[in-house]
Amino acid sequence: MSMNEPAMPLKNSFLEEVIKESKVDIRACYQCQKCSAGCPVVSAMDILPNQVIRQIQYGRREKVLTSGSIWICASCHTCSVRCPNDIDFAKVMDSLRHLALHSGMNAGEKEIPVFHKAFLDSIKSAGRIHELSLILRFKLKTRNFLKDAGLGWQMFRRGKIKVLPQSFTGGKEVKEIFNAYEKGATR
Amino acid sequence: MKDVTYYPGCSLHGTAREYDESFRGVSKLLDIGLHELEDWTCCGSTSAHCTDEALAVALPVRNLRLAEKHDREMVVPCVACYSRFKAAEAEAKEHPEYLPSPYEGKVSVRYALDFFCDAAMREELKARIVKPLTGLKVACYYGCLAVRPPTLTGVEHYENPEHMDRLMEMLGAEAVPWSYKTDCCGASLVMTRTDIVVKLSQRILSMAMEAGADCIVTGCTMCHANLDTRQAGLPAQEGRGEIPVFYFTELMGLAMGHKEVKKWLSRHLTDPIKLLSNKELM
Repeated sequence: MSMNEPAMPLKNSFLEEVIKESKVDIRACYQCQKCSAGCPVVSAMDILPNQVIRQIQYGRREKVLTSGSIWICASCHTCSVRCPNDIDFAKVMDSLRHLALHSGMNAGEKEIPVFHKAFLDSIKSAGRIHELSLILRFKLKTRNFLKDAGLGWQMFRRGKIKVLPQSFTGGKEVKEIFNAYEKGATR
Repeated sequence: MKDVTYYPGCSLHGTAREYDESFRGVSKLLDIGLHELEDWTCCGSTSAHCTDEALAVALPVRNLRLAEKHDREMVVPCVACYSRFKAAEAEAKEHPEYLPSPYEGKVSVRYALDFFCDAAMREELKARIVKPLTGLKVACYYGCLAVRPPTLTGVEHYENPEHMDRLMEMLGAEAVPWSYKTDCCGASLVMTRTDIVVKLSQRILSMAMEAGADCIVTGCTMCHANLDTRQAGLPAQEGRGEIPVFYFTELMGLAMGHKEVKKWLSRHLTDPIKLLSNKELM
């Protein structure tokens, strides 16, 4: 950025895009960093929450949408409840994830969006989450079959793992919900 | 008898089975008629709201519409489901375009902990305590979604909540003050970034031990799973290398003398039975 450019571009389409998607006015941020100070997962983030807001204000779409931070966020809402300017940053993070998925860019965290996809595929196919099916579905995608296998066995021995999914009839309506989502009818 | 609709959610039919069993058990002792929502489906959980805002509303609303058919409040023990229902209620009003037809929001959705903390319910409970949990020091762990965001949960003291502490004291236990009541355990990141969850969970476990608690009590399926199963390698404190984690309904059942407490507790990975035997509570 040259010295002649304004620090905040007058026309920032990414900022507008995020505000439109989230309905949260992040222009109110004055960088007090309270969101980052209270964030429980901040140590695993590549861009801190307050920096995410600043980068959006700078219009750096790719940097934000390919960051690991937007997927590391655990949606605990600590940032939102502590923001002195009432910025619902947890909601902004949700919107950034949605934009990232639509952007077609590579996600900054590989497995997390893959897990969400596996989770939603499980709901779509069965209406409810059958945990064992979900785990197998996820492991087939990540090929990491041994991770937590011992823990899974211990849980199985204690009757916590159901081998077969339950049968019930609500699945059809759930499929309709997913069809609407996949067609983009609601967007 | 008080009749309520019961939405168990997916976890209570699987890894959180003892939460389902103990919730049903204490409800029966308190003369609450549970009617499991017929044909319920998944609330969409974290994955739906991380993926699409309309999907995150449509999935819970399908269940809310089913619940509306009955003139009963709906009680939800899984706080992740509860949070999605409350969020969907609010979003459906603000964004009717997310749904094919409007949802009016007539059903009252209650989180199981809040439900048992009602004044009338506490009186019922108080009258049925047969085995006070004397000498048991508990660290009440609320987690995130039981309190945040307060615009949805209605919890006034969301930074330092005390309603579970009061409930535990009523059961005869001693609730220790500590500062990790509402710190996040990492929740669903356990499947993908297990390293983060182990770090966060072990910090919570260590802090509870340092606060002098014998055990942790929670009302969240994900918190319970993370805290109960991720104790390997936990630094020992005063000779203790682990700390049992209860669902609050299990301790309610214990204090009310429920016959199946041992069965519920045998499902935990971190053994809570030894602690209760040492305290002569079992």
